Amino acid sequence: MTRAETVIVPLGAMLAGMIVFGAFCAALGVNPLLVYASIWKAGFGSWYSWQNTLVRASPLLLCGLCTAIPAGAGIIVIGNEGAVVVGGLGAIASGLATLSLPPFLSLTTMFLSAAVCGGLWIAFSVALQHYRGVSAVISGLLLNYLAIALMNQLIEGPLRDPSSLDNPASYPLTPDHRLSYFSGTHVHHGLTFGLVACVLAWFLVERTTFGFALKICGGNVRAARLSGLPVGRLVVIAGFLGGACAGVAGMVEVAAVHGRANESLNAGYGYVGILVAFLARQSAFGVVLISLLVGGLLASGGMLQRAHGLPDATIAVLQGILFLFILLSDTVYGRFKLPWAQSHEAKPDAAAA
Amino acid sequence: MMMASRRDVLAGLAAVALPRGSSPLTMGFLYNGPKNDLGYNQSHAEGRQALRSLSWVKTVEEASIPETVAAEESMRDMIFQDGASVIFATSFGYYDPFMVDMARENPRVQFFHCGGFYQEGKHPKNIGIYFGFIDEVEYLSGMLAGLSTRTNKIGFIAAKPIPQVLRNINSFTLGARSVNPRATTKVVFTGDWVLPVREAEASSALADQGIDVLTGHTGSPRVIVQMAERRGIFGCGYQFNQSSMAPHGFLTGAEWAWGTVYLRIAEMIYAGKSVMDGSIPRRLTGTLKDEFCRLSPFGPSVTQSSRNRLAAAKAAILNGSLEIYRGPMRDNEGRIAIPAGKVLKIEDVELDRMDWLVEGVVGKARG
Repeated sequence: MTRAETVIVPLGAMLAGMIVFGAFCAALGVNPLLVYASIWKAGFGSWYSWQNTLVRASPLLLCGLCTAIPAGAGIIVIGNEGAVVVGGLGAIASGLATLSLPPFLSLTTMFLSAAVCGGLWIAFSVALQHYRGVSAVISGLLLNYLAIALMNQLIEGPLRDPSSLDNPASYPLTPDHRLSYFSGTHVHHGLTFGLVACVLAWFLVERTTFGFALKICGGNVRAARLSGLPVGRLVVIAGFLGGACAGVAGMVEVAAVHGRANESLNAGYGYVGILVAFLARQSAFGVVLISLLVGGLLASGGMLQRAHGLPDATIAVLQGILFLFILLSDTVYGRFKLPWAQSHEAKPDAAAA
Repeated sequence: MMMASRRDVLAGLAAVALPRGSSPLTMGFLYNGPKNDLGYNQSHAEGRQALRSLSWVKTVEEASIPETVAAEESMRDMIFQDGASVIFATSFGYYDPFMVDMARENPRVQFFHCGGFYQEGKHPKNIGIYFGFIDEVEYLSGMLAGLSTRTNKIGFIAAKPIPQVLRNINSFTLGARSVNPRATTKVVFTGDWVLPVREAEASSALADQGIDVLTGHTGSPRVIVQMAERRGIFGCGYQFNQSSMAPHGFLTGAEWAWGTVYLRIAEMIYAGKSVMDGSIPRRLTGTLKDEFCRLSPFGPSVTQSSRNRLAAAKAAILNGSLEIYRGPMRDNEGRIAIPAGKVLKIEDVELDRMDWLVEGVVGKARG
């Protein structure tokens, strides 16, 4: 895989996806170029639309990492949604218990308990795979249902605010115990958490011995064992870190967006996070770029309905097409000889031979 | 003080001037699910269509908006990109914090929320609540179920045991038992508003138990009505007209008629009224009488004598001689729910806190 390929292949895949989606728009009787112009305008064209994009990207940053970090160690985690939900539940429970404390302490408690809840949730699923041979894909998927059932039980039971009659919700946090917004914008500090987490994750995976050890586990488990690496501990920690990120996404929903916990915790950010991580090829910086891209697409979904009369599923169709093409493009690497990359490639090949 | 009052006057003038000017009155609609769900969302989308008869109204709409920041961003886009001066948010969870925040940010825009509780002093003045009370229509629909059942067993598939849903289960059952005292309603809660697979499984399981009329209260009971048809039993709809799902077994259903509400609010705004100054009521609610809701057209298997009985009951409801929640009434655990001599009017707030199931319902309102 050459450096040129890592840029050209994903871009080519996206272009191909956009052409197919363009055909889809044309089939619905809408000019695809106008649709793309609208997506640009509503997602990226101005500071106004960037705010919308950033708001939507911030949970995706954290949820993307939930899949991306363990992926480095070769574990496929798709239990993000469950981790978001239990993180949010941990946050609201500790937030309500600490309403008498100063806001900063209370928010810190919420942050930590959300991270621990989400982290343990995913770590459990990863440990099941490593120690008991239960696929983390299956356990993660099933744990999602468990988390949602737990949420409904708590929100409709012990945590329920009796005044929330037809829309069951927990008791609310007081306004000063909520996570703040960037002043003069409608972007909350969940974005800060997301960006910091991405930078930390990048540093951890790319610049530390821990990250290097994770990569060995991901590359070849037997080699990792032979070189004496504590594989079990490493993968479970990676799962914990990923889950902690998703848990914090749940805390942001509770502390910044809703001010309480309700069934909107299960809004699907976790599932979009899986998509983000795969599109980002499991890299932390890729997660930032793709979160912004997907955030912008989500932000433009309304405009497509209002300005072009396209169905509400249009953006989901575009996401699906792009996802498919980028995954397909994985098979393209190394198949085409790029003239300017030739001399670059030749040497390591010769050495290997 | 001076400043504030002058600003209020200017705002008032603008509110009057806007709709009469050359630019149309733009109204934005937000729906929680798809516009063609044959259920709750479609009932609102169809209500919006009623506004097409008004040349001075322009509408914009967005469907499948989750009850997250997405709702806030959509309202903001409608206001800033499309110039909407009126917003209708049709799903329960849009209210707090999203609509409350947006209303505070845009004091000149009028916001209307379907359902919910306005708190004086806490929520901004430019918010209005609209909602319908559909219990009486459920009662009529239940009557038809009671008249049609052969096994005296009716099935009701419901999303969540919240007051709104319990009211419908109870009024449907009261209607059925008013004409067929041996009829019982078996309730199954699915846990969420849109779970078509679980709704279908529950429908099938109920049919296996000898139930021969199925209805439900979910986002759209289309699947329930469809399963009833497939199993050769009767189905009653809810939210929207689902007769297309069951050409043979469809009886009737309780459906919303939001067009009435949207037309009425649009005309009040055109006349210069606003929810801020109280000339549009803070809470705009209505019943069968106000045409906020209606009975779906009867299916082919409904006999003339049944139609006559329903027509008589409907007339009695409209003239006030038939009231649904009349004591003494027991819940299904034997406790007195409404004491003798007490009548709860359909708009009584006590009903909004309902947490019991009436005698004749098989099932539990709590865990």
